[in-house]
Amino acid sequence: MTAPVVSVENVSKRFGAVQALRDVSIAFNAGEITALIGENGAGKSTLMRVLEGEHRPDTGRVLVDGHPVQLTSPRAAHGSGIRVIHQEPEIIPELTVAENIFIGDIRARGGIFLDRADLERRSLELLGTFGVVDVLSPGQRCHGLSPALRQLIEIMRALRPGARLLAFDEPTSSLTEDEAQRLFRVIRRLKADGVAVIYISHRLREIIELADRCVVMRDGSRVADEPIAALDEQRMVRLMVGRPVSDLFNRRERALGPVRLALEDVTTRRVEGISFEVRAGEIVGLGGLVGAGRTEVARAIVGLDPLLSGKMTVGGQPYKPREPADAVAAGIGLVPEDRKQEALLLMQAVRDNVSLVVPDKVSRYGFFSRRRERALVARHVAELRVKTPSIEQAVGKLSGGNQQKVVFARWQARGPAVLILDEPTRGIDVGAKAEIYRLIESLADQGLAILLISSEMPELLGLADRVLVMQSGRISGELPWQEASEEAVLALAMRSGKETIERKVS
Amino acid sequence: MTDTVTATRERAPASLFGRIGAQNISLLIALVVLLAIFGALRPDVFFTPRNLINIGLAVTILGILAMAQTVVIVSGGLDISVGSIVGLSTMVLAVVAQETGSIPAGILAGLLAGLVAGAVNGLIIVYGPVNAVIATLGTMSAFRGLAYLMNNGNSIPITGDSLRALGIGTLFGLPFAIWLLIAAMAAFIVFTRETVVGRNIYALGGNPTVARLAGIPIRRYQISIYAMSGFAAAVAGLVLASRTMSGQPASGSQGLELEAITAAILGGCALQGGKGTIVGAMLGVLIIGVLNNGMILTSVPTFYQLLAKGALLILAVIVQERQRARSGE
Repeated sequence: MTAPVVSVENVSKRFGAVQALRDVSIAFNAGEITALIGENGAGKSTLMRVLEGEHRPDTGRVLVDGHPVQLTSPRAAHGSGIRVIHQEPEIIPELTVAENIFIGDIRARGGIFLDRADLERRSLELLGTFGVVDVLSPGQRCHGLSPALRQLIEIMRALRPGARLLAFDEPTSSLTEDEAQRLFRVIRRLKADGVAVIYISHRLREIIELADRCVVMRDGSRVADEPIAALDEQRMVRLMVGRPVSDLFNRRERALGPVRLALEDVTTRRVEGISFEVRAGEIVGLGGLVGAGRTEVARAIVGLDPLLSGKMTVGGQPYKPREPADAVAAGIGLVPEDRKQEALLLMQAVRDNVSLVVPDKVSRYGFFSRRRERALVARHVAELRVKTPSIEQAVGKLSGGNQQKVVFARWQARGPAVLILDEPTRGIDVGAKAEIYRLIESLADQGLAILLISSEMPELLGLADRVLVMQSGRISGELPWQEASEEAVLALAMRSGKETIERKVS
Repeated sequence: MTDTVTATRERAPASLFGRIGAQNISLLIALVVLLAIFGALRPDVFFTPRNLINIGLAVTILGILAMAQTVVIVSGGLDISVGSIVGLSTMVLAVVAQETGSIPAGILAGLLAGLVAGAVNGLIIVYGPVNAVIATLGTMSAFRGLAYLMNNGNSIPITGDSLRALGIGTLFGLPFAIWLLIAAMAAFIVFTRETVVGRNIYALGGNPTVARLAGIPIRRYQISIYAMSGFAAAVAGLVLASRTMSGQPASGSQGLELEAITAAILGGCALQGGKGTIVGAMLGVLIIGVLNNGMILTSVPTFYQLLAKGALLILAVIVQERQRARSGE
């Protein structure tokens, strides 16, 4: 048998008191898809950074084609054919699609002039391979592209000649099922071409569908390395958390209260004729492909996008938000899609982040009462079991799951009547996900009206009492939970049968 | 190596305060060094009470501007029109005092002019929308032009004992202006640290999207912040007018924006917004005040003084960026 393309042998890495990697040995073979799973902090990212040449292992070595190599810099790793595609694509908005794909490898005519024809030819070839010629054109600027499309560009960039090992770090967290399937086809083609693929994901079903082999990490150690056929979801979760996890969702009947939020024929620049109601104690799911207009419905409700026509009521009262401040005042809370950019002040303390929406509860005549503030924040932080050394800790230093809990704690402190959750578990590990699900269920039990936007089917189907499916800015259908299956939701999301990635123009 | 990392980790919750403290301490050291140098060069005059009061007087105008600038920078903006607003407000004060024969009316009009000028900045920035640097660069020229227009480019003398008393009067041995600075400093410290609005300004500068989604009316905030900055400039203008007993379209107020911004950044303001303190800015102001005073006493030619001030601003930004890069990791 030939030597693996890349292998790590007895690699350990320590950061201060934290043993990030503990004697890890894994071989990545040509033409094999190796899934890498584990909770956040299990060591997956550190391992990727070692492979990328960002970190050097304290002990152990990395081999390429059976020969030890020194990956001293990202450049060296790149030269060895190792490419990592990160979760957050780095795209230069003012450059064109073609330029972004071939940046660093743009050929010049006569050594000086940009060879546009060559660039266009090469990128059309790639776009064709990915089957996205109809949604991306080489000369289009990347400004305003959806996360899914940005990621595709990053993947195409990594696929430039010489790639021997390609690692995907949670590539599907911002993709819909449909877009994910497109990605899987690409990955399978890579496999057929003999590339070694590492696939990191929290979505276990994807892994079962895609991978040949699965490596499980926990607390910096490799705890399992098995062919995928030997594993099922439950066993994978058990290996990751080191203990059995009960079912992620417990559906139970809730008594529905009065209508808290109603939209009637709401039309903005991006959505059309949206009508629905959310009752107290109800979780209404909003499904559909990325770009179908789900986030835009949320934007309309919180006053970010002005209404062109239609009306809304909150608690039966007419509601015309002009600013998000109006939404907060009316008792609507939003947990936005992009936690780091839209929800949290990463440099500031947990305390500041929680009290941001409750100044009235922690101040008198405009002056803060630090005692009251600390008490209120500490109570909500404890209630949600946010793992933080103190409420003075900078939020940016917490894990994704704990950051999201801080966002929830913020709205708990406010006590809204309506809560809009936009992709509430994006980039969160399994253990924390389960906690967030418990939390969402208990909020509904307490009588909150919840609008849940999610691209994760199990989440949508497991939590929502009924699912509204959107397509091209409209609601294309509604399914009570008993009838909501993945197939039914997808059928409504792609009713015209045409498989498209929506082009998002902002 | 391992020990250092562990120690930092354990200290993490207090690190923000630790950093601010460290920065202020290094500013204090810089100040002491400057005092020592100039004290050694001019032992005869530098430490005389008279000279120290001179420094105090010289920094009142700059101090008020730098504190307001700190709030603007923390909110994620920048106001480079403040020097021009100082000049404009002294001219309005002089004209109105002359026309009505009433110093209080003049003062009121001057302050109002500053408030309006600042609000104009805010409106342009919010509703243009125009980048704050460009907007205030434009109004820096426009307001200066307006100040010149008010009397064909000439200054206007002001007569009136009440204004003179404001300029030369003292309380417990200290000039009124210094008391004004102390009061302003107390107000700004309380405002930025203890009030909801102050805290929200840090949120606004830290990430405007987050602030907006959290229900902070960010447009109203921005307009008010620039109006406040304009008003502070007018207060500084009042101090200037009371000292020169005249409306001055340019003299005494040119280049103040540079010094105010330098002081704020020396004091730890991040140009990206969300970070900065009043105490730090005031330490920056003292450093600039001592530097100015010392350079005059040691007969450094004006041109070199300009060179030094420009270099100081750039140096302050470089230090700031280095720190940011370090703490960002």
